[in-house]
Amino acid sequence: MTQRGSTPALVEQFQYGLDAPICLTWELTYACNLACVHCLSSSGRRDPRELSTAECRAVIDELQRMQVFYVNIGGGEPTVRPDFWDLVDYATAHRVGVKFSTNGVKITPERAESLAASDYVDVQISLDGATAVVNDAVRGPGSYATALRAMQNLARAGFRGFKISVVVTRQNADQLDDFKAIAERFGAQLRLTRLRPSGRGADVWDELHPTASQQRQLYDWLVARGEQVLTGDSFFHLAAYGDPLPGLNLCGAGRVVCLIDPVGDVYACPFAIHENFLAGNVRDPGGFAAVWRDSELFAGLRRPQTGGACRSCSAYDSCRGGCMAAKFFTGLPLDGPDPECVKGHGERARAAVAGAPVPRPFGNHSHRSRPVPVSIGRRPAGPGPARHRPDRACDEDPLAGFRP
Amino acid sequence: MAESFDLDRPWQLHPQVSVRPERFGALLYHFGTRRLSFLKSPALLTVIRELGDAPSAREACLRAGLAPAELPAYAAALQTLASSQMIRPREPA
Repeated sequence: MTQRGSTPALVEQFQYGLDAPICLTWELTYACNLACVHCLSSSGRRDPRELSTAECRAVIDELQRMQVFYVNIGGGEPTVRPDFWDLVDYATAHRVGVKFSTNGVKITPERAESLAASDYVDVQISLDGATAVVNDAVRGPGSYATALRAMQNLARAGFRGFKISVVVTRQNADQLDDFKAIAERFGAQLRLTRLRPSGRGADVWDELHPTASQQRQLYDWLVARGEQVLTGDSFFHLAAYGDPLPGLNLCGAGRVVCLIDPVGDVYACPFAIHENFLAGNVRDPGGFAAVWRDSELFAGLRRPQTGGACRSCSAYDSCRGGCMAAKFFTGLPLDGPDPECVKGHGERARAAVAGAPVPRPFGNHSHRSRPVPVSIGRRPAGPGPARHRPDRACDEDPLAGFRP
Repeated sequence: MAESFDLDRPWQLHPQVSVRPERFGALLYHFGTRRLSFLKSPALLTVIRELGDAPSAREACLRAGLAPAELPAYAAALQTLASSQMIRPREPA
């Protein structure tokens, strides 16, 4: 996202917040045709309180006034909103760029043509496996074919540099070169992001998050590719291995990042949909700008952080304690180590809180008629990726997950 | 980065770039390259604002109140912005 030239001094500035977010995620709907097992917003069914077209336009007007350069639109599947394309046009006409995430279901050849014609719209196709077997185990049957058809339509329409967005999991962490090859085949750019224990992701995190050795391999792979591969700054906890990855390398929650959800609730970050991180609502008097500037929650996040248990660690200046949401939804204190701390402190911290209640994600919009498989590991063995035995037997063990 | 910046020709902000002032300076976003940059001082923001009207980048720097001794550092910053297409040469009027 940024030039490598971001100096420590600048990062210090960002810790205290900006006049407007740099990176704003706006989930337009909780409705989705898929039911991905790790969906960070537990999407499926539309929320009847969803912002109307007029309310969405008012938010865009505000973003223009605040000079938010672009929004990352997601969901749910945003393209299933009947007014989606109108809202994209409205945003770009008001000089608010749009990057939207989609599973590809509505990216027809005709739509791809019109998207390719706009400088102000970027498209991000979600793909969580370089093969159909790995992808569909997480995203559902047929989703790989849908995504690849969308990519082909974009490439044929001449859309260069669209994004292929991959959530790195234990199942796909060994496919990084294959993802890169897919991106190159379609003239796209690869984007890798971190699996968070948010939304339905909380239910599958223990089984799906990369192993310690996969994390190390991922870090080395990313360092070798520099800015060729985007990460949305999501792997800053890996900076503790040594050199930082390109990007700001800090938790931007409430400082440079936030989320507007489909009903207008504003959260500190897209991975923190929980009342503890709810700053306000765009329908409140003063709208989004007032929430961003005046919310007590955001003011707290912008105050200097203590570092807590991590303060004495030699890597603290690199990783800054890692991801707030990952800590929260794995039951760890916010001022301690990240559950995937590369020094292993997170695993020890989790062992220490084993058995204690863990906060549950706020709101569940999952399809009722189509139960979400909570464990892809428990499906019968068959052709497909190597199945990892669930850690269930170890759940009560204080050393669960501990690897010396 | 070995390339040196031509302070004596006219420059302009790229038309696809938006500038947002912040306490530390400003944020720049290029809609064409979809890249973000930072101006790390308010004075550099003033230089950027003066660029389009000044006959040269040197003149823009002086209008921003910079001392001649500060010019090399600012030329380096401008070169960085030029290499990421945030600013570009302008034809003399």
